[in-house]
Amino acid sequence: MRSVLATALVGLSKDKDFAFLTGDLGFMALEPVRAAAGERFINAGVAEQNMISVAAGMARLGFRPWVYSIAPFLYARAFEQVRNDVCFHKLPVFLVGNGGGYAYGVMGATHHALQDYGALLGLPNLRVYVPAFAADVPVAAERIVRAGGPAYFRLGRDETPKNAVLPAYAPWRRLLAGRGPALVIVGPLAGGILAAAMDRPDQIRPALWVLSELPLLPDEIPPALLDDIQRSGHLVVVEEHVIEGGVGQALAHALLLCGAAPKRFSHRYALGYPSGFYGSQNYHRKECGLDPQSIIALIEKT
Amino acid sequence: MADPGNRVSTPDLRQEVAVKELHRRVRLRLLRMHYESGVGHLGGNLSALDLLLTLHHRVMRKDDLFILSKGHAAGALYVTLWSLGRLSEEDLLQFHRDHTRLVGHPQADAIPEILLATGSLGHGLGLSAGLGIGKRLRGEPGRIFCLMSDGEWNEGSTWESLIFLVHHRLVSVIPIIDLNGLQGFGTTAEVADLGCLADKLRGFGLEVREVDGHDPEAIRCALQVEELTRPFAVVARTIKGHGVSFMENRMEWHYLPMSAEQYAQAVAEAKRL
Repeated sequence: MRSVLATALVGLSKDKDFAFLTGDLGFMALEPVRAAAGERFINAGVAEQNMISVAAGMARLGFRPWVYSIAPFLYARAFEQVRNDVCFHKLPVFLVGNGGGYAYGVMGATHHALQDYGALLGLPNLRVYVPAFAADVPVAAERIVRAGGPAYFRLGRDETPKNAVLPAYAPWRRLLAGRGPALVIVGPLAGGILAAAMDRPDQIRPALWVLSELPLLPDEIPPALLDDIQRSGHLVVVEEHVIEGGVGQALAHALLLCGAAPKRFSHRYALGYPSGFYGSQNYHRKECGLDPQSIIALIEKT
Repeated sequence: MADPGNRVSTPDLRQEVAVKELHRRVRLRLLRMHYESGVGHLGGNLSALDLLLTLHHRVMRKDDLFILSKGHAAGALYVTLWSLGRLSEEDLLQFHRDHTRLVGHPQADAIPEILLATGSLGHGLGLSAGLGIGKRLRGEPGRIFCLMSDGEWNEGSTWESLIFLVHHRLVSVIPIIDLNGLQGFGTTAEVADLGCLADKLRGFGLEVREVDGHDPEAIRCALQVEELTRPFAVVARTIKGHGVSFMENRMEWHYLPMSAEQYAQAVAEAKRL
């Protein structure tokens, strides 16, 4: 996803208000952005707090800076700078956190982003974008610029299934119709689960939805999703994020407010490191029951 | 570059009297505002007031910007803006009360003069650096003055910003440090002794001028800078609670509001200053 974003940013860099700051990361990925943006590409060094403050100062003068680092170094390390300097002022500072969820795998817990959008969504004026597929990235990037407020862009590894025909990017999208449970997925996890579910018989195939923008507002829930939930009576939410502040909680809350609570609700989410052992992204997903086989088993057990 | 250092030029005597009178009038207004609102935090406001007034009345020009990194000196900033006619008497009456725009630390989008909200220490220099680099990229004129406390040099983010400032040769960003020697729960020497801060800054590559932070003419001279080739800072030696004998260099006046008797004494002393 990162290289796709780099290409999109090269296009966006033609705007005079474009600027890009990196916390000394992006080797073998961001060179084209550096070449295109010239002096508006700033390597701010290994100093994320200052980087966010600098971006806020630039945004106050009308720039629309993108700020890049490994996700936790933005949302956790520089949380107060995001809150005070960016969000309090509604400034167009676009945070790009690479490695949503367990994407950095065996690099270890310091590099994982398991509570990023939960932590950030408590802040005023900030919108979160979680592309599920590489093809989403340029469209979402343009939406971020158009929205013109504080944004957090959670990048992961592209897991688009071969030969998948994806509907155009939208905050809510149904990728598969089916008569099984309504399944709501956040982020690149959707790819593997889509591949596993698309050939299942219609009777048990989930109605597979992807959610890509947060906060989740009750009046933005598509009526077709409410129909899928109503019809099957079972809602399954899957996300590579801890339970606290995650989409499972937000969607359950929203459905209660709408008077549309499902009869049955299942939630699969990041459990942290339950065994005390570490491994690849897929290793951690499996431990949490987030792998496609576990999700299909959960759905078909119904 | 000519180095005026602490040189005091020969000011017109009438102007000296006028400056003194201005500072006295604004100091009294600051004391009254804090007294009427029952607000403490006077120590760091009184240490910063002469710097703020000199900067805003005699140094800053149309294109210059100001960031109050030591957000707890909001009161001194508000009375400075009042002295410039940018805040009214009615505005000051709302200080620290319910339904106010004049909060204890400068609030985002409260009044146009507050470009960026501050209050948590260690943000102002980075914000100023962003303004500086933004202006440079745009080819816009103007300097960014950033008034900082000495305590906020405990913050790691401040040093991150300093490294950035020097590396990018952001000569338009001018940190002014209110070196009053007292911080939240002790003297700076007791809490986290930095030794000579001016020397530390020089070690990072800045040109530093040290000045008496209660001498308006010396402050003005120290801030007369044009065509700098490397980043520059002013370290202003100040007295926490300046001008009120029972507050000077006393920890408790970082926090406490005044009683009626204390206010009367403070006014009597401030009038004589």
